[in-house]
Amino acid sequence: MPKKQGIKKVLVIGSGPIVIGQAAEFDYAGTQACRALREEGLEVVLVNSNPATIMTDANMADKIYIEPLTPQFVTRVIRQEKPDGLLPTLGGQVGLNIALQLAEQGILDEEGVTMLGTPLDAIRKAEDREMFKLMMEQIGEPVPESTIVCSVREALEFADAIGYPVIVRPAYTLGGTGGGIAKSRDELKAVAIRGLKHSLIGQILVERSVAGWKEIEYEVMRDSADNCITVCNMENIDPVGVHTGDSIVVAPSQTLSDREYQMLRSASLKIIRALGIEGGCNVQFALDPHSFKYIVIEVNPRVSRSSALASKATGYPIAKVAAKIAIGLTLDEIRNSVTGKTYACFEPTLDYVVVKYPRWPFDKFTGADRSLGTQMKATGEVMSIDRTFEAALMKAIRSLEVGIYGLQLPEMAGMSQEELENKVAKAEDQRLSAVAEFFRRGGQVRQVHELSGIDVFFLDKIQEVVNFERKLQQEAAKGMDKQTLLQAKKYGLSDKYIGMLTGLSEQQVRESRQSFGIEPVYKMVDTCAAEFEAVTPYYYSCYESETEAIPTDRTKVVVLGSGPIRIGQGIEFDYCSVHSVWALREEGLEAITINNNPETVSTDFDTADRLYFEPLVVEDVLNILEKEKPQGVIVQFGGQTAINLAKPLESAGYQIIGTSVDAIDIAEDRKRFDQLLTQLDIPKPPGRTAFSVKEAAGIAEEVGFPVLVRPSYVLGGRAMEIVYSQQELLSYMERAVKITPEHPVLVDRYMVGREFEVDAICDGQEVLIPGIMEHIERAGVHSGDSIAVYPAQTLTQTQKEQMVDYTERLALALGVKGLVNIQYVLHEGQVYVIEVNPRSSRTVPYLSKVTGIPMVNLATKCALGRTLAEMGYRGGLVPDAGLVAVKAPVFSFGKLLDVDVSLGPEMKSTGEVLGVDGDFSVALYKALLAAGTEFPKQGTVLATIADRDKEESLPVIQGLVELGYKVCATRGTAEFLKQHGIEVEAVNKVGEGGETIVDLIKANKINLVINTINRGKEPQRDGFKIRRSAVEHGIPCLTSMDTAWAMLEVLYGIQEGEVPDLIPLQNYIDKRQELK
Amino acid sequence: MQAYLVLEDGTVFNGKAFGATGEQWGEVVFNTGMTGYQEVLTDPSYCGQIVVMTYPLIGNYGINKDDFEAKSSFVRGFVVKEECNRPSNWRVSNKIDEFLAREGVIGISGIDTRALTRRIRNHGTMRGIINTGAVDPRELVEKAKNCPHISGQELVPSVATKEIYTVPGSGHRVVLMDFGAKANIVRCLNNRDCEVVVVPPTTGVAEILALNPKGIMLSNGPGDPTDVPYAIETVRNLIGKLPIFGICLGHQIIGLAVGGKTYKLKFGHRGANHPVKDLASGRVYITSQNHGFAVDKDSLPKEVEVSHINLNDDTVEGLCYKNLPVFSVQYHPEAAPGPMDSEYLFDRFLANINQHVAQ
Repeated sequence: MPKKQGIKKVLVIGSGPIVIGQAAEFDYAGTQACRALREEGLEVVLVNSNPATIMTDANMADKIYIEPLTPQFVTRVIRQEKPDGLLPTLGGQVGLNIALQLAEQGILDEEGVTMLGTPLDAIRKAEDREMFKLMMEQIGEPVPESTIVCSVREALEFADAIGYPVIVRPAYTLGGTGGGIAKSRDELKAVAIRGLKHSLIGQILVERSVAGWKEIEYEVMRDSADNCITVCNMENIDPVGVHTGDSIVVAPSQTLSDREYQMLRSASLKIIRALGIEGGCNVQFALDPHSFKYIVIEVNPRVSRSSALASKATGYPIAKVAAKIAIGLTLDEIRNSVTGKTYACFEPTLDYVVVKYPRWPFDKFTGADRSLGTQMKATGEVMSIDRTFEAALMKAIRSLEVGIYGLQLPEMAGMSQEELENKVAKAEDQRLSAVAEFFRRGGQVRQVHELSGIDVFFLDKIQEVVNFERKLQQEAAKGMDKQTLLQAKKYGLSDKYIGMLTGLSEQQVRESRQSFGIEPVYKMVDTCAAEFEAVTPYYYSCYESETEAIPTDRTKVVVLGSGPIRIGQGIEFDYCSVHSVWALREEGLEAITINNNPETVSTDFDTADRLYFEPLVVEDVLNILEKEKPQGVIVQFGGQTAINLAKPLESAGYQIIGTSVDAIDIAEDRKRFDQLLTQLDIPKPPGRTAFSVKEAAGIAEEVGFPVLVRPSYVLGGRAMEIVYSQQELLSYMERAVKITPEHPVLVDRYMVGREFEVDAICDGQEVLIPGIMEHIERAGVHSGDSIAVYPAQTLTQTQKEQMVDYTERLALALGVKGLVNIQYVLHEGQVYVIEVNPRSSRTVPYLSKVTGIPMVNLATKCALGRTLAEMGYRGGLVPDAGLVAVKAPVFSFGKLLDVDVSLGPEMKSTGEVLGVDGDFSVALYKALLAAGTEFPKQGTVLATIADRDKEESLPVIQGLVELGYKVCATRGTAEFLKQHGIEVEAVNKVGEGGETIVDLIKANKINLVINTINRGKEPQRDGFKIRRSAVEHGIPCLTSMDTAWAMLEVLYGIQEGEVPDLIPLQNYIDKRQELK
Repeated sequence: MQAYLVLEDGTVFNGKAFGATGEQWGEVVFNTGMTGYQEVLTDPSYCGQIVVMTYPLIGNYGINKDDFEAKSSFVRGFVVKEECNRPSNWRVSNKIDEFLAREGVIGISGIDTRALTRRIRNHGTMRGIINTGAVDPRELVEKAKNCPHISGQELVPSVATKEIYTVPGSGHRVVLMDFGAKANIVRCLNNRDCEVVVVPPTTGVAEILALNPKGIMLSNGPGDPTDVPYAIETVRNLIGKLPIFGICLGHQIIGLAVGGKTYKLKFGHRGANHPVKDLASGRVYITSQNHGFAVDKDSLPKEVEVSHINLNDDTVEGLCYKNLPVFSVQYHPEAAPGPMDSEYLFDRFLANINQHVAQ
């Protein structure tokens, strides 16, 4: 039992939607925490707005509230549930900030809620720059010269005095939002303005830059008895200056002697003690590469992205232990669940090297600034483990799924030496490839070190690999010998990459490797370097002599995970993988997971029966399958990552459990898919696959503009666009895709209309449709970026029946065994199929939660051969329970400075939130609020509407005027509105001189922006500037008339009054049970 | 050049030689520290042992001029997964390969050290042979079976000082009985202003007392504590006369001096992550450890109590007299390598001295 008296019920605050800087790691942390608390007999209440999480599953907490993470809503949860304690340190910065606000507003005292774990005072001391600096000075820990300012003028004065460059860090933000390095006065002005804006308290820290020093982190734990341990230390390959979330990180540190290691470890312990933290904490240091000098950069008094990484890197369950400490247990009372024998009070020791590599969204945001600095840009990360640094690095690179298999980018071969040197010097996502190319041309380590500041240790290793590649090529020319090939594998080179270097196919390399008997072995992650026997089933591959992963004699099924979080493939797929694993275990099968994302629940040590922390590419997956010999592989829950592996795995002789590979192919192969629809007599927008530019033009002419164009085989709508003319089509072909017979382009008529989405489960005989969702934004806005409403609000009974009929027939015809996702458009009263995905989709977690139907569980069991009937379900559309659930997308535009925020066919959101209520407008309000939208109850609306949308905008703007908003508009829009009797103030466009729109936004005179794109006419950059400045100043910017309608609806709703009682998730499921 | 490491159970590992060449025998033990190989290599307590590092990358930060625990290395062999020959650290003065060659220590790399460690964990510490020549490994296995055990080798005299010498300091004079002391013990005392008189392990009571010390420090050292009966006798006679602080072998010697027994652990404790609980305060400290023997808890007289235990396996980690300023720990409060969390024990020793002086 917990040692803290009187604590029976605990509130846990989650971290909300996935945004850059706050990804799946807090689902992992929150899930562990909820379990740990319940293990100790506590009642747990959870609040989180993110439905795509395991932590918000009905069985994770006693009461779950999917509500906006705002002080108001969390207060209501507290008043409704009356918890005794609040655990604020497991929900990231978001959870922590809310807890702080509640404490400051006196709500916690008022309601008698005790803050558990790290005391409030400690959090303040760590978070408040000034208090932190003061404390560090008191305990004699060095911090850089810095000052805390609330104005640009003060920032400049300070920097002028100490000299540039300086680093700006806003107080209370996550992922370094709004921070940056300034090398000059002008740069500082810009960064300071942005930083002040983003800080919750209008405060920024300006400090002397130690860019170029080593960046080292320690994960530290402390309990209430003052026992302290460090879980892990980590070294960033990129020196100070690149956000740690954007840095390639190695654990443990590689270039520190014991003196340095212990010096920083001791400092970490001193700091955690001085702060009085009870739980986990992360300390970041900058270490002078030429002396023992160091400075403390930052302390995070909570579980963080780094602690998730440290957990997975060492096997030490930081979040679980932190939760137990929070309720009063001490480290020596908590068992080390990995060994089962020892206690949590020890320091893990590694006998392998871990590399974390960030996953950036630059493949989607091709125009974005790729430079890396204090503002984090990565959406996710991969982790890899091996016995050497080189091999771990190579595994990490192929785990990224960015189309490279080694440190070689073809386009770099053509670069001039000067260009290449710039690439090496500049911190960008592709820097390591540039470094490798530099070595390939005979460049020296010393030069690269001078240009990049990267420690020569890492550079030597990269150079060694590059040198070996050359040797490999020479040897291969003579006929590859065993020794060279074995060496290649020890360096971590994949069969595919070896093939690319030597002119062989991946298959040929594999065969020759196997003929030499070169196979990987699997070693265990056990926290203790084999000193004690461990029970944790958690493995990585390496080319060594002894394997520890001895297959059991049970029947096994492998579930492929979804790899790093990226736009288009988020945490939803991890949710699905985890549920699939659980379903397999329920069926008495041994569930084996392969994944490489350290942030997730699926890679937690106790989720699957066995976990392989490996790249999700053919070679690594096949190696595991050859050892484990499973009954089959489940690919339908791991997003496109897993789907892409289906065909090669099947060709290698492994059974794909569930929907057949052929069915997947029918859904993805345009020609076969069209044939199927024709056979079934199900309509779809006219269009075909084009294999040449000429053909594309012909199809467009034939089906009529506008047309939707996209490359085949993509997820998340990459490079998808709506084009309105031949000219635009040609420009698209030049700009966005290289059309070839191998890489055709799909050209379809773009049908304006409302979009609907169905997720269904099929057992081969019956089709269970938990619900139909309706998108607020019309077809053309990517479904992942649309606001989705369940149940569909505007469908007639006939249309509903039609969708059910189509869904059933399609699922049965494809022979779906498991999940299928179908998207429909309703155009002029007619239902058309847009897309069929015979796999889980990103709406599955959301729909599972609102309908109470365990979709992934059922789908997994259907895939294994069970029928819906034997599981107590029957086919058809399940009636809704009277609740409306609205899913709203969340974007990270604040962090990617030059990305256009306008919505289109290409997905841009990083996460999602859910709003639930009996009433549509309240549910919508909650969803938008949870997504971070501010609702100005009064103020000024800025309208710049494309000609196409002018008519449509009229009632929306009229509505806003009725609600008391003032309207200002650009000239064309203003004239139009005036003609229709709306009082409007005309404002200047960006180029027009005088006070322009952007000036108004910057001066905080605008509260809401409605801007629709006037394609082809308006200078692109003008609209772009308006939208960007709105986002950067935290003003809602609506780029779709549909979203604007929704907003109006909400604004009406808010004016009408109070939000009704909050409904815990468990109660919507009760309703469902009654109906079943 | 290729090299072999063979164990007495017949296991043969084939690797690459670095450092010195030739053949050596010893007790094969593993150390789980991720940093600190230079300190390990120069810690005299490893005398007679072939040391396996479980962390796979060794030599990354080279060898520097400062982090020596003794003037030379006494390990019999050094076994690693990967030997780094391009070290990176601002203090690098040598590569590990150069250092081992200079010290005459045979290194072997390219070994699946995790497999080796698991073998030692399961079978217990074994004798082994490391050889860099073209030999038949089966012959080496036979040799391994027949080479001496660690007990009975009397390793202490080969690593301890043979003459008395003084490390100056302005404070209390402390006699350090050197059984193979790590340099950091002297530094820790020195940092507390002590004048440290280092004496050979065979130094008798009268001789020690004639030096007029205010406290006695018993150092760490290699091998079986029962191999130094003379020192046990000396310590027995010093108890009650002066404050005494024992570390590692020094701790075991106190255990034996008070009438207790020691025994050999299956594979010992060697690393920098062992949790030790101070039974008086309930606090747990992460400690640096290097020992193959332990004091038997049940063999102790009632005037001596167990002050610290190992949280992993409940073995004795510290002793103290109930009524005398005599205490000892099995682990290494002087760190180097490892956590510095337990340095407070030197302060405790100094406090005991101060109190004794005041009386």
